Amino acid sequence: MKYLDEYRDPVLAKKILAEIHRITTKPWTLMEVCGGQTHTIVKQGIDEALPDGVRMIHGPGCPVCVTPLEQVDKALAIAARPDVIFTSYGDMLRVPGSSTDLLALKARGADVRIVYSPLDALKVALANPARQVVFFAVGFETTAPANAMTVAEAARRGIDNFSVLVSHVLVPPAMTALLDSPANQVQGFLAAGHVCAIMGWTEYEPIAAKYKVPIVVTGFEPLDLLEGIHMAIRQLEEGRYEVENQYTRAVTREGVPLAQQQVLAVFEIGPRKWRGIGEIPMSGYRLRPEYARFDAEQKFQVDDIQTNEHPACIAGAILTGEKTPLDCTAYGTLCNPQKPLGAPMVSSEGTCAAFYGAGRGLGTGAGFSSPIQLISVAPGPGSREAQR
Amino acid sequence: MCLGIPGRITEIRDEAGLLMGKVDFGGVRKDACLAYLPEVQLGDYVIVHVGFAISRVDEAEALKTLEILAEMGVMEPELMTMGEGMDGLAIVSDDAPGALTFNPDLPSPTMGGAVS
Repeated sequence: MKYLDEYRDPVLAKKILAEIHRITTKPWTLMEVCGGQTHTIVKQGIDEALPDGVRMIHGPGCPVCVTPLEQVDKALAIAARPDVIFTSYGDMLRVPGSSTDLLALKARGADVRIVYSPLDALKVALANPARQVVFFAVGFETTAPANAMTVAEAARRGIDNFSVLVSHVLVPPAMTALLDSPANQVQGFLAAGHVCAIMGWTEYEPIAAKYKVPIVVTGFEPLDLLEGIHMAIRQLEEGRYEVENQYTRAVTREGVPLAQQQVLAVFEIGPRKWRGIGEIPMSGYRLRPEYARFDAEQKFQVDDIQTNEHPACIAGAILTGEKTPLDCTAYGTLCNPQKPLGAPMVSSEGTCAAFYGAGRGLGTGAGFSSPIQLISVAPGPGSREAQR
Repeated sequence: MCLGIPGRITEIRDEAGLLMGKVDFGGVRKDACLAYLPEVQLGDYVIVHVGFAISRVDEAEALKTLEILAEMGVMEPELMTMGEGMDGLAIVSDDAPGALTFNPDLPSPTMGGAVS
């Protein structure tokens, strides 16, 4: 895979796919835990092109989707204050809280702003010293170094009108929570490439050994995913369970030590609620006590807000892979990207939005167009799509 | 917000004690924090994630990824941000503060093609 043409060449995709078919002798269930990977898998139809019996479960890998409803409600309560400029990654704006969302709140006059980076939020704080600027610090290990550096910068430069609403989650505890569940069907994982770019993969080694599951650090492009799936199935077929690295061009075993150190200087690991899953012990970051003055929950006293999910939404079962969007009565009817009930339909990385975007289960003409389709396989009579 | 985009470092500077730089993503240049990869040089390719360089990558690999992302139409929403007050969709290049490049063909960041 050295040249561009090869990467874009559907022939190579078909070659890897043929190799997957050649080595597969048993049914296997794999899970990816990254919304970006879910998006590519569904959009390119990779899951439908796999051998019969090989199943991809789309795990809780979209940070927007796993942010619990009550954190959204806390964001709404803070953003509604006249003294606050509320800043966020764009994805969070349409995540429905229990009564409204940030975008609707903005339309009613709240000062809500999309930022590309938390450092941009810090700039807003510097430019508006008389206002309180709050950043919605969501995400997995990928955004944690950015958020940690921003809080450290606010402390170092004495920017006291800045604070963060933290909703940080970690991949390995979610994996072990799924593996510990009696309903678990996952036999191998594709680990998220950019989470591992920062964290390395040493923390996955004890998981692979304890649960006897192969874990393959995998990139985001179609050929990355096919190669990652191939490596995981090869391990399963050979009875191995190791951590392997498919995404060698961006990931090393140690990750980026400076980023890891900064994260642990600002955050500590604690329990965290996951939307649709519930609380998982030691599964997220919270601010260390020495940074408590940058904690928006304390600053605006919203700790006591607690809320429940929309009754028709099965986001929890979709996030854990127990169900697919096609099992949901609201999918495509009550719930669509324009009017989402649950977070997996809101974020482009969410499983429901990925299914909707690919037009799955919606009839012809629905969904968005696909600019490229490396793998296009019409569902045969024995395929899972036909069985639905 | 999990999409990291490779780009080429075109400027390295100290900004109030923080190692910052400018990174070119196929024509759009954005500020990025380089503090986690202090060894990078001008011209190096890095993967940038929410404004932070998180990994140095081989040039050929980076160019390959850029082309694929461009073709898949997922890069622009990632770079998309809005001016203060969010009056319109825009890709804001940090080269020209205040000058917005408006592209009506882009998906709205809140409609499927979300900034993520």
